[in-house]
Amino acid sequence: MKHLYTWGGILVVVFFSVVGDILIARAMKQVGDVHALWERSGLWTVVGRVLSNPNFFLGVGAMAAAFFSLLFSLSWGDVSLVAPAAASLTFIANAFAAKIFLHEKVDRRRWIAALLVAAGVALLAG
Amino acid sequence: MTFRKYLVLAGVTVFAAAGDSMLSHGMKQTGSISIQHLQSVILAVLNPWVAVGIVLLLAFFASYMNALSWADLTYVLPATSLGYVLLALVAKFALHEQISLMRWLGIVLISGGVGFVAGGEALTSHGHQGGSPLAKRGNDGASEADMASVISSGVER
Repeated sequence: MKHLYTWGGILVVVFFSVVGDILIARAMKQVGDVHALWERSGLWTVVGRVLSNPNFFLGVGAMAAAFFSLLFSLSWGDVSLVAPAAASLTFIANAFAAKIFLHEKVDRRRWIAALLVAAGVALLAG
Repeated sequence: MTFRKYLVLAGVTVFAAAGDSMLSHGMKQTGSISIQHLQSVILAVLNPWVAVGIVLLLAFFASYMNALSWADLTYVLPATSLGYVLLALVAKFALHEQISLMRWLGIVLISGGVGFVAGGEALTSHGHQGGSPLAKRGNDGASEADMASVISSGVER
């Protein structure tokens, strides 16, 4: 029962993390290059563009949900399992999601990078 | 990639690592949280370590958003995962903790992954959609004047 709770918690954390990352990434692509925008029209234009983007708020909401589900999962399961498992799975799930939803060109180079990092994160906590 | 962009990626890395470690230190002091005792969440935020950790994570979030405005998600995530390596090295040299062989292997794998992604280009999503960034911006409802200024700033560079 405890295992089920722990892995259920991990999957919920991964789900909300990926949704949050994808929405924030989409929002910032819609805002455009912050450096160029800042130089051209000033900081307040950048802030205004971000704050008028609905994807930004949805993304922040999803990230908050990920944060609190991580806190709850940490109180149920072992830190040495929950934190690295969630981080590691998020890297791989994000590569899939970025390819599907953001149309990023996830080539072999990036797959290898995502897998190496995911494996490395899992090992670091071991 | 300009120096400023490398600085932003470094900011994402350092702020995330520092914020996470402060938060985890603080949460160990406050103890576990459960649905039955939601008020313990508020108590946790009052812990100074947790509070400073949250401020650092806000700084992380600002630089993360900055990076995502000019680079792919699948570029930013591996590039900033060096924070895990940073945490391990801080544990080794500042806190004098023992680092096992498995952890060194993890550090090598992450660094290798970062090396892989850093060799490629930072932004692919616009080209892959078949449209230029300008066309995409137009679809999102930006004004004509805005697009003109984007074009002119592009020409300047």
